[in-house]
Amino acid sequence: MTLVAAESFPHRHLLGISGLSAGEIQLILDRAEGYAQQNRQVDKKQALLRGRTQINLFFENSTRTRTSFELAGKRLGADVINMSVATSSIKKGETLIDTAMTLTAMRPDVLVVRHSDSGAVELLSQKVECSVINGGDGSHEHPTQALLDALTIRRRKGRLAGLTVAICGDVLHSRVARSNILLLKTMGATVRLVAPPTLLPPAFRGFGVEVHHDMRKGLADADIVMMLRLQLERMQGAYVPSIREYFHFYGLDYAKLAVAKPDALIMHPGPMNRGVEIDPEVADDIDRSLIREQVEMGVAVRMAVLDLLARNLPNLGPVAAK
Amino acid sequence: MSPRLALINAHLVDPASGLDAPGALLIEGERIADLGPRLFNDGLPPGATVIDCKGRVLAPGLVDMHAHLREPGQEHKETLATAGRAAAAGGVTTVVAMPNTKPPIDDVAILEFLQRRARDNSAVRIEAMAAITRGLEGREMCEMGLLAASGAVAFTDGEKSVANPRLLLRALAYATTFDLLIVNHPEDPALAEGGQMNSGEVSLRLGLTGISPAAEIIGLERDLRLVEATGARYHASGISTAESVHVMRRAKGRGLRASAAVAPHHIALTDAAVGDYRTFAKLSPPLRNESDRQAIVAGLKSGAIDIIASHHAPQDQEGKRQPFAQAKVGAIGLEIMLPVALELARDGHMSLIEVLRKMTVAPAELLKLDRGALRKGGPADLVVIETRRRWRYDADLSRSKSKNSPFDKRDMQGHAALTLVGGRVVFDAERERAYSFGPERLDG
Repeated sequence: MTLVAAESFPHRHLLGISGLSAGEIQLILDRAEGYAQQNRQVDKKQALLRGRTQINLFFENSTRTRTSFELAGKRLGADVINMSVATSSIKKGETLIDTAMTLTAMRPDVLVVRHSDSGAVELLSQKVECSVINGGDGSHEHPTQALLDALTIRRRKGRLAGLTVAICGDVLHSRVARSNILLLKTMGATVRLVAPPTLLPPAFRGFGVEVHHDMRKGLADADIVMMLRLQLERMQGAYVPSIREYFHFYGLDYAKLAVAKPDALIMHPGPMNRGVEIDPEVADDIDRSLIREQVEMGVAVRMAVLDLLARNLPNLGPVAAK
Repeated sequence: MSPRLALINAHLVDPASGLDAPGALLIEGERIADLGPRLFNDGLPPGATVIDCKGRVLAPGLVDMHAHLREPGQEHKETLATAGRAAAAGGVTTVVAMPNTKPPIDDVAILEFLQRRARDNSAVRIEAMAAITRGLEGREMCEMGLLAASGAVAFTDGEKSVANPRLLLRALAYATTFDLLIVNHPEDPALAEGGQMNSGEVSLRLGLTGISPAAEIIGLERDLRLVEATGARYHASGISTAESVHVMRRAKGRGLRASAAVAPHHIALTDAAVGDYRTFAKLSPPLRNESDRQAIVAGLKSGAIDIIASHHAPQDQEGKRQPFAQAKVGAIGLEIMLPVALELARDGHMSLIEVLRKMTVAPAELLKLDRGALRKGGPADLVVIETRRRWRYDADLSRSKSKNSPFDKRDMQGHAALTLVGGRVVFDAERERAYSFGPERLDG
């Protein structure tokens, strides 16, 4: 199958992978490929977003995603500001809608939003006039993470279609897993999910994926092993009995990795819990681990998304300045 | 002499007596003076005002045993006056208020306050359930005997399930002293904790915490074991799962004095209505899947489910315009209960008289109210029902102060044409400037 990139990106927002066609995903990845090259040059700066304002609105703590979006915006020439709302207005009783109204009055061009509630970013997008990029909403979607994962895989494997990708860990609470499932399925990969049933209800089969509770079966002949972060508070008896037991059965080490393809590569959205979901040796194996490259591709993918959305922004001239 | 009102050319439907025939009905003052197929064969009574029902159904006014009226305490969401107007438009002549007001109805003084406010402000009759426990806190029993003597029709902690089984056991046992009805929301609180909607493919896709059907089934099974131990009268305020229907059928088979209700939302909708985080479809119990919905319909038909109740739960915009997890629970239902229930008859699941039984004599008997029947000498609480007209529901035009309905813009068939309470017309669809359910006629 030859996949042709879409010619345009007819979306105002990027709220999720859901709703994107294979051609549109291809377009983002192709565009990101160019930025990946450019980001390795000395002069990384472009003027595409000059005069534009990008607000990174984070209702939930984040360092790497926020930094990545900040760099992406700045490299494209936008004015970028960061707002952490987790500790301010919401505690004063201001609703998400109030915050959206306040911000939209400041006339930003792009809002990058992260929120701990599923669906919150979509709700906010309905109330503002600018483009909205979902930087992660609850357990729902984290589209730029799935896109950067796809770009990383494609650079190493040359393709996505036909690959077998095992996603392991706390699938139930993971927005990274959901976006990756949707993207990989759309691009023709086979997706396997691996976790104990408390973190992976069987109804996930409805996504058109394989559901495995045995790591060795789930990893057999996989091309990519994608590990998910397990939140520590879910480790201590609530969803799994202990870190020790979880690592024993579901932590990625060389023994379990041995059943995957010999050239299987390892990914993790970060931040990692070394010794919880992944053996430090495996995580730091430069021949197998793509974790650092994922971070690098994150900036490129976010530049590509900003680029494509910016082309749909209205050109606010003096007329619109009323 | 009291004013007389003659309703002629009616199709009399009375689930209490089984009457289902063309005929007429005579009201004198506040009561039904006479009715029957041959009434007025010898001519109309002198001086009577005549209402021509044009062949439409004339049935007892509906008794809705589950509505959150928000007064006192949350009058920005609903008042007894606005709820009364919505009820009248929905053919409901008696509304039973849930006690989860602010303050809650857990004391005789508050109950009497509500009764007085209702008499002064509401177009329809309003009864109240009182709390099982003080402050709805699930710790200490309310003065059930005194509250019942002051007119509380049943006891419930509303949307909160009584979590402590020992307390519920005692409340059920104590209630048998006066043969009181205990109404509980069947749900295991620990299993339902943090849940936002039905657990299933939709909740997984949306990344929302699911509420397992087991939460309701276990809650219901637990309640029924306690009912069996005490012999008390028990009513499950709303069920939603296929298995709950079987549980109710088995309980009735064991001879328990147990009944169950279902909301119109669970008759007609599934968790697919949540779509992309539509908070209007966030309900308790949650909307389930299609096989559950079909089992609910079958349960109404078989009698495992006794009652249809509106579960009217007004919420203001601010409460619903939130991320799904933060949004308030509930939907308005007083105006759409009858139209949605009529679909059961239209689609051939049940006869009209059986559908109406679930909203008239069945709740009236359970609550020991002398209503819900076409009976000589009984109160003239009546509804004339147009069953054929198709229309589109527009929640923005609701008489309720709140507009939160998952049925918004849904095509309906049939509605209340005329509602009378105590012989007085409280709603007349033809006199509405715009038939506010949606003036749009989809066909003739």
